[in-house]
Amino acid sequence: MVALSQKLLVTSMDKPSRRSPSFNSDQIFRLASLGSALLVLIVLAGIIGSMIYGGLPAFREFGLGFITSSVWDVQRDEYGAWVAIVGTLTSALIALVIGVPISLGIAIFLTQLCPPWLKRPIATTIELLAAVPSIIYGMWGLFVFAPLFAKFVQIPLSGLVEGLPIFGTILYARVPSGVGVLTAGIILAIMIIPFIASIARDILDQIPPVMRESAYGIGCTTWEVVRHVLVPQVGVSIIGAVMLGLGRALGETMAVTFVIGNANRLSLSLFDPGSTIASRIANEFNEAIGLQLNALMALGCILFLVTFSVLVLARILVARATVK
Amino acid sequence: MDTMPRPTTISPAAWGRVRRSRYMADRALKAVCLLFTALGVFVLGWILLMLLYQGISALRPEVFTNTTPGPMTKGGGIANAIAGSFVLTFLGIVVATPVGVLAGTYLAEYGRGSKLAEVIRFVNDILLAAPSILIGLFVYTLMVQPMGGYSGWAGGVALAIIAVPVIVRTTEDMLRIVPGSLREAGAALGAPMSKVITKITWRAARAGMVTGVLLATARIAGETAPLLFTALNNNFWFRADLMGGVANLPVMIYQYALSPYQNWRELAWAGALVITLTILALSIVARLLFRKETAR
Repeated sequence: MVALSQKLLVTSMDKPSRRSPSFNSDQIFRLASLGSALLVLIVLAGIIGSMIYGGLPAFREFGLGFITSSVWDVQRDEYGAWVAIVGTLTSALIALVIGVPISLGIAIFLTQLCPPWLKRPIATTIELLAAVPSIIYGMWGLFVFAPLFAKFVQIPLSGLVEGLPIFGTILYARVPSGVGVLTAGIILAIMIIPFIASIARDILDQIPPVMRESAYGIGCTTWEVVRHVLVPQVGVSIIGAVMLGLGRALGETMAVTFVIGNANRLSLSLFDPGSTIASRIANEFNEAIGLQLNALMALGCILFLVTFSVLVLARILVARATVK
Repeated sequence: MDTMPRPTTISPAAWGRVRRSRYMADRALKAVCLLFTALGVFVLGWILLMLLYQGISALRPEVFTNTTPGPMTKGGGIANAIAGSFVLTFLGIVVATPVGVLAGTYLAEYGRGSKLAEVIRFVNDILLAAPSILIGLFVYTLMVQPMGGYSGWAGGVALAIIAVPVIVRTTEDMLRIVPGSLREAGAALGAPMSKVITKITWRAARAGMVTGVLLATARIAGETAPLLFTALNNNFWFRADLMGGVANLPVMIYQYALSPYQNWRELAWAGALVITLTILALSIVARLLFRKETAR
């Protein structure tokens, strides 16, 4: 017995240290988590790389003219991005014009005006609106909203503005079908509202209550508190939140594909069908071969650059405000 | 007398004007905010009611048992699309969960204050909001082109890439809430860092991390754009090796809703109802779970 236990002791002494195996698994765990974290960087690099790799032949073929040309002709194998770029920017801009005031209104209501018992149900409802998949918004837009929009807005408005100088072009529907750039913008607005509203609400909630209370204490109205206390405090990060919403709107694919009409036509009227970068890729990619495929990849490259810069700017603005 | 400011410089009428304008601005703000909130709730209600109305009228038992039919034929269902969606989402979340949790752990535990962690956190936030169609294009170049065709594997990877940033973000946030004294207590007992993390911090943050995974599942279950160029769609059951197109609900809904055939459109509505209810249920469960855990 003594010999056995001594032998055991010797063998255990042979090993460098009792902690060695657990030290190794510690290292492995550390490396695994570092590797996973690096994977995030690799994915971003991969996205950039694949866009450039796929789009390069198109950029080489058309040069800078790819961006400024509005031709998209599969038969003649000639491609230009201008119509899609304009459509992307216009629809996203419309979404912001409609969506931002509504989102801020909701955020102000939830943080300043809402009775406490109603806060949670409304906040949850708005957040659930963000969870609804984008194809559902697309179907709702195409089958429910577009017919109503055509009947109650496009047709009366087109009749009203016909022949007028500027409005006669911008708000005139040649074919009042309900689909078009403005409809896409409205659907996008509905989609980014829950997103901007919940970020703006979080930002407003971070303001110390004492600031608000002291303003109310000297007799300010809610409007004055919002205008002179809240806005100066968090203005920058609210702009960041809006830009995050813009990033969403620029890259949204499915809902827009349903309602924008997918036409390669540069029109001054907001009621006319158009296309965005994302909707064109979604529409044509699966049937594309050769140079068309490269042109679509090049479109993806442009979309990436635009959304990337918007998102970087947004993050910097939001981060700067939260550091303070 | 003349140098004294006279209290009557502001006439009572002017006072009334000032007060009224403040009052009006305040009232206008309140009314507008209330109106906008009501509008938001109304739109959600409208979308859900439309879905219920259209979806329930298209929902028959065979919808859940039969595969997708040809155009203009009677019967048929979306069983293959439901199963395919389940497989793809499962694949995506199985790949994304370990990667996301470990990366989030690195950011919260190992990388505190390091420059690298800051860069990764920033990039992760960018990926969180990156257009999902670009991820579809990326996986197309990465997997579909080299493998010579669409596959469920490519679809799963595309969904995983969308899920990872969500999981990274929630994991990191949840681990940061765990008080440092717990870690110190573990370290004082001589536990190595990996043991402290897996046995103490992960346990303390478990509910939040599960919430993150559930939210990521809800997010990828409805994603269409990344599947368009990776898993595509299929009118039949998917092959056991997941090569070739794999039927899935989002792409099926997209293709069928835009088709001119009545029976396809009805199935698109049925599918839309199934997927939206699933996603809303997932989000609500995630919320309840998190609330219950944080309330304790």
